Amino acid sequence: MAEPSLAADAKPWKDATATPFIRIKNITKKFGDFAAVDDITLDIYKGELFCLLGGSGCGKSTLLRMLAGFETPTSGTIEIDGQDVAKIAAFDRPTNMMFQSYALFPHMTVEKNVIYGLLREGVPKAEAMDRVADMLCLVKLQDFAKRKPLQLSGGQQQRVALARSLIKQPKLLLLDEPLGALDKKLREKTQFELIHIQESLGVTFIVVTHDQEEAMTLSTRIGVMKDGKIVQVGEPPQIYEDPNSKYVADFIGSVNMFEGTVDVAVADTLRIKSPEAGIDLLVEPIEGLKVNQSVSVAIRPERIAVTRHKPEGAANIVEGEVEEVAYLGNLSIYCIKLASGKTLKVTKSNLLHDDVPIKWDEKVFLSWSNAAGIVLTT
Amino acid sequence: MKRGLFLPIVSFLGFVFLYIPIVSLVIFSFNKSKLVTVWGGWSTKWYGELLNDPQILGAAWISLKIGVVSASLATVLGTIAAMVLTRFGKVRGRGLLTGMVTAPLVMPEVITGLSLLLLFVAMEAAFGWPAGRGMVTIIIAHTTFCMAYVAVVVQSRLVDMDDAIEEAASDLGAQPMRVFFDITLPMIAPALISGWLLSFTLSLDDLVIASFVSGPGASTLPMVIFSKVRLGVTPEINALATLIVVVVAIGISISWFFMRKKVKT
Repeated sequence: MAEPSLAADAKPWKDATATPFIRIKNITKKFGDFAAVDDITLDIYKGELFCLLGGSGCGKSTLLRMLAGFETPTSGTIEIDGQDVAKIAAFDRPTNMMFQSYALFPHMTVEKNVIYGLLREGVPKAEAMDRVADMLCLVKLQDFAKRKPLQLSGGQQQRVALARSLIKQPKLLLLDEPLGALDKKLREKTQFELIHIQESLGVTFIVVTHDQEEAMTLSTRIGVMKDGKIVQVGEPPQIYEDPNSKYVADFIGSVNMFEGTVDVAVADTLRIKSPEAGIDLLVEPIEGLKVNQSVSVAIRPERIAVTRHKPEGAANIVEGEVEEVAYLGNLSIYCIKLASGKTLKVTKSNLLHDDVPIKWDEKVFLSWSNAAGIVLTT
Repeated sequence: MKRGLFLPIVSFLGFVFLYIPIVSLVIFSFNKSKLVTVWGGWSTKWYGELLNDPQILGAAWISLKIGVVSASLATVLGTIAAMVLTRFGKVRGRGLLTGMVTAPLVMPEVITGLSLLLLFVAMEAAFGWPAGRGMVTIIIAHTTFCMAYVAVVVQSRLVDMDDAIEEAASDLGAQPMRVFFDITLPMIAPALISGWLLSFTLSLDDLVIASFVSGPGASTLPMVIFSKVRLGVTPEINALATLIVVVVAIGISISWFFMRKKVKT
């Protein structure tokens, strides 16, 4: 078998000539007057691990259920591998789904759960048994074949659900909050197992999640959803470093946001007046801004340095007073109140034992470079 | 915390009020004397006499057959009704259907009985079926009201069940009928058993409806008891009633046990 080409390496979405594997065109789903999914157009490529990320009620699960065939779109088309699936019922689609609740058959053993899909397809019993055994090895459940789902731990149930949804080698696997029911430690471990399995089988995954860390870890690309629409599609670093709106900047990771107005561009810096910051913010210039236009400047907490002495040569320096300190082990979070009354969140890695750690009520200087600020117009 | 004696005393009196008649009935079924109200020492002779009474045994056999057949029919029809009410979404007239399915639960038996009798008479006049009244008409009548109970029991079980389990089966390639028999049916089996037992007990118990729709040669056990009591209560009837209490108690306990079993997901 040829090594499946990894979408994560090939990045087909950057190639204008590449054919998308899944084409979602102008899909809308209305429940009464409410549009749960509102005119979404999206291309997903073979071998991708695509995350649909958004808060609850943003329509991400509805979109997934339309791909699986459990909901009929009000308008628009879905093509999977060049085939329009509108007329194809859920039980005939080349997709499989892993449910948030796992939805294991409680009255069947692990083995019977996993083999169910193969028998429906008409695979001979002996061959099906072999494939089930292989699959159970892949998810490390070979010793649990004869158990009932209720006799398994949450993590094991999750792997049964994954095995059951992968056994038919679907063209597309849909995962609805696949790790939602696991505790933090197990979730982190399982994320990497999921990536490993996805890469070794070369199946295209679409994952729905509300957990931005999970989306960042898993995906080749992320689609951030809000109110039934996709607000931004991009690779994880792009979504984090270069969000296209205040919503995305705020949703992915944490961020300090300043409101301001465009003042003037000097050489390679742009000056933004911001009474909220108490200083003029210097950022890298971007295209298409007008003087006096109101904008927001987003600065990630880890891009801000906190020092006792006024630093030399930083583009932006502002004074403040430490309000809160939270020690998290690997890093500390500081909440620092500026003269304007605005509180900024700053994180600092605890690389070495600091000589004297910064404490409550100390006067400090915050500084960041002009590359740290992201200018957002919407 | 001091709770006082008020609650225990009241509940004790309540239970006495509810169960003293049944307890006395059971005790007097072991009475040696022929007079129901005079205690003449312990004996089981009335149970022996009961087993030699062809009329009562015949009626018991008829009641049993009617119970089994109508409980089975009611279980099938009630399950179909429950499936339609829970799984077919917001179809037009769903509220009306829900009301109509559960109406027999609150309908006075006299009205149910009378209307069924009128229907059977009209049907016989129109198509010649059911010819006369007897076991068949009682079975049909019992099926109609038992079906309502089954529908309610099965419906509550279906509502508790995670829809995703059925969707998962369908996602794995099972067609709708296949999903029903492979997944839904095994998962609601406890509700079916409990619905069946409930129907069986209700059918065994019914006097009013059966009296309306019955015909010659098809007297159920409650009908025979009722007619015998009109000539005076004998210890033999006490013995029979004790046996019925035991059978019904067992049936209700089993059905309660199955209803309590949670949907395991």
